[in-house]
Amino acid sequence: MKVMRHLAITAMGLLLGMGVCHAQSDGTNVDDIIRKANHMALYQGIDGKGKVSMVITDKQGRTRKREFNMLRRDDGESDMDQKYFVFFNEPADIRKMVFMVYKHAEAGKDDDRWFYMPSLDLVKRIAASDKRTSFVGSDFLYEDISGRNPTEDMHELITTTNKYYVVKNVPKNLENVEFEYYIAHIDKKTFLPMKIEYFKKNNRFYRVIESMKVAEVEADENGKKVKYPTVMVSVAKDLENGSKTEMVFSKIKYNIGLTDGVFSERYLRRPPRNAMY
Amino acid sequence: MQCIRKQTGFVKLLFPIIMVFVGSAHQSWAEDSNSLMGNLPPVEMHGFLETRTGIRTQKDPHEKDISVMEARLQGELFTHTEWAEFKYKGDVWGDGITEKIDYDTREAWCFSRPSDFLDVKIGRQVLTWGTGDLVFLNDLFPKDWQSYFIGREKEYLKAPSDAVKIGVFTDLANVDVVYTPKFDPDRYITGEYISYWNENLKRLAGNDAIIAADEPDRWFQDDEIAVRLFRNIHNYELALYGYSGFWKRPGGQTISGIAVFPKLNVFGASVRGQIGPGIGNIEIAYYQSVDDESGSNPLINNSEMRYLIGYTQDLARNFNTSLQYYVEHMLNYSNYTSNLSGGHARDRDRHVITLQLTKLLMNQNLELSFASYYSPSDEDAYLRPNIRYKYTDKIIMEAGANIFVGDAPYTFFGQFEKNTNIYVAVRYSF
Repeated sequence: MKVMRHLAITAMGLLLGMGVCHAQSDGTNVDDIIRKANHMALYQGIDGKGKVSMVITDKQGRTRKREFNMLRRDDGESDMDQKYFVFFNEPADIRKMVFMVYKHAEAGKDDDRWFYMPSLDLVKRIAASDKRTSFVGSDFLYEDISGRNPTEDMHELITTTNKYYVVKNVPKNLENVEFEYYIAHIDKKTFLPMKIEYFKKNNRFYRVIESMKVAEVEADENGKKVKYPTVMVSVAKDLENGSKTEMVFSKIKYNIGLTDGVFSERYLRRPPRNAMY
Repeated sequence: MQCIRKQTGFVKLLFPIIMVFVGSAHQSWAEDSNSLMGNLPPVEMHGFLETRTGIRTQKDPHEKDISVMEARLQGELFTHTEWAEFKYKGDVWGDGITEKIDYDTREAWCFSRPSDFLDVKIGRQVLTWGTGDLVFLNDLFPKDWQSYFIGREKEYLKAPSDAVKIGVFTDLANVDVVYTPKFDPDRYITGEYISYWNENLKRLAGNDAIIAADEPDRWFQDDEIAVRLFRNIHNYELALYGYSGFWKRPGGQTISGIAVFPKLNVFGASVRGQIGPGIGNIEIAYYQSVDDESGSNPLINNSEMRYLIGYTQDLARNFNTSLQYYVEHMLNYSNYTSNLSGGHARDRDRHVITLQLTKLLMNQNLELSFASYYSPSDEDAYLRPNIRYKYTDKIIMEAGANIFVGDAPYTFFGQFEKNTNIYVAVRYSF
């Protein structure tokens, strides 16, 4: 009996292993998939802007709204460092506050972050915080918004379906995260991550982010018309506390010609208007 | 309080001008776009209604038992045209301490970006710079300590300036110049809301001895200029500062006992950036008391050096801490002591340690914060515990305290001991 079970496990391992080998011979090794998915999720176009509305619904069904405009610009084309502006419109107590981030993708390097409070005209430098902290009280974490560096995880292509590459990601350093691993369903055509499921110890499923709607956003890339597939609606659910957040993007534009100088204290204190409306 | 009620001619003058500009801009836009409403720049309207009530936790013979009692309405209008932005923000409130209806224009300005390297903001505006966390060295813009001590929202710590701010931005460095044509003093402790140590009477005083000050108030003569030269190098923010104006609180008195604002120049520098897991900052400032450079006039503030070093770090998820060490060092101390006629000589150095803790809970809807100022040299302290709950996106409930402790009744925080208060507030935003 014991031998049988052992054989079965070995056979299953072989099958899975073959699957991985097969995918790799297909020219789609897991690192390529992750690299492309990372690019599609965060680095399409050299810059971009958009409006974001969030509705946070707690276990009892009470809702809270967040609304902000975002600007983004990549430092070069290596899919590494980026600069962000977040201009809050809602709720009232954070209206017109501005958040500026210099994201450093290199593992272990903290982002530089500034915060502007208009009622005091105060520019505050914010200490680097745990990236697994809730973003504006929603079910999205800072890391969901600014992206998790792919080199922080080990990736394994566990299966390939008609539509998705299913990749298991295990953090190299478990100390800084609340999960054991996460499974990403990456669209085979667009390479957009369509579903990310997070698991704690003993394969306990506790958190999920799903892309509910994708649209092709037209943009101009070096004089050519291109279409960037973009997630327009995304939902994060926390199964532990029963809350969920729906994030809706609108007015997305790519390659709008933002200069590096925009991401400075000058525009932190007074937002660049042409980029806002 | 006289500053709050004083509605300067400047704003009265400016506001109709802004409205005319906005109006004409609307008109021309409307004509250009065949009066399509959708093409008009929208006027954003916001504001809040708030009630705030606080009481002293002990009897103060010089003040009422209530420390704050007000119902406040703040309204805000914002619009923009092709070339400029306009904002008006004003408060009207019924004040249970003064038993009056009060009004204050917090902002009324026009902002424009006429070229790639130039920003201009004209009008009543709130201004802040420098690296201190609720400690100000090179920021000589007016503060409202009275509001801060009675437990109004933190935004009221800053009083507005009637000024022109010009920003010039180049690759080499950036320069901000703020010109205030008529001196804007702090909204300092006068005795009306908060009792204080009166050096002339050699006792605590309040409503019975409201400070009468002779404010410099001649347009374009009693003016202030503040300059900041700043640059970001590898995400370390470097800045040099200069100021020419007056001590922001009465920094002296005439022989007949009228409080005055002697002339003051300030020169300073700061640096702020990441150190280890947190943010470190250092700031220094030289306060040159122009009317008493030798320090021999006991009626006028001595020149000073001011130093600040600070560090802020997130110690855990949603838990931020900030620690600062601040020193005020009198430069001509022996002249000060040898010319002092009676009264309590202050120490040469005033040391202050500040600690601020902020913890967010319940999906960041509940904020617990604790700010403290402790002076080992004055042996006094000021503690500010606060709890804020966002009941909904529109309703915020708040409770807190302002606790003053001190060994002597004449030290900076010790003199306010009888003003220790607790307060509650509810704000509805729209």
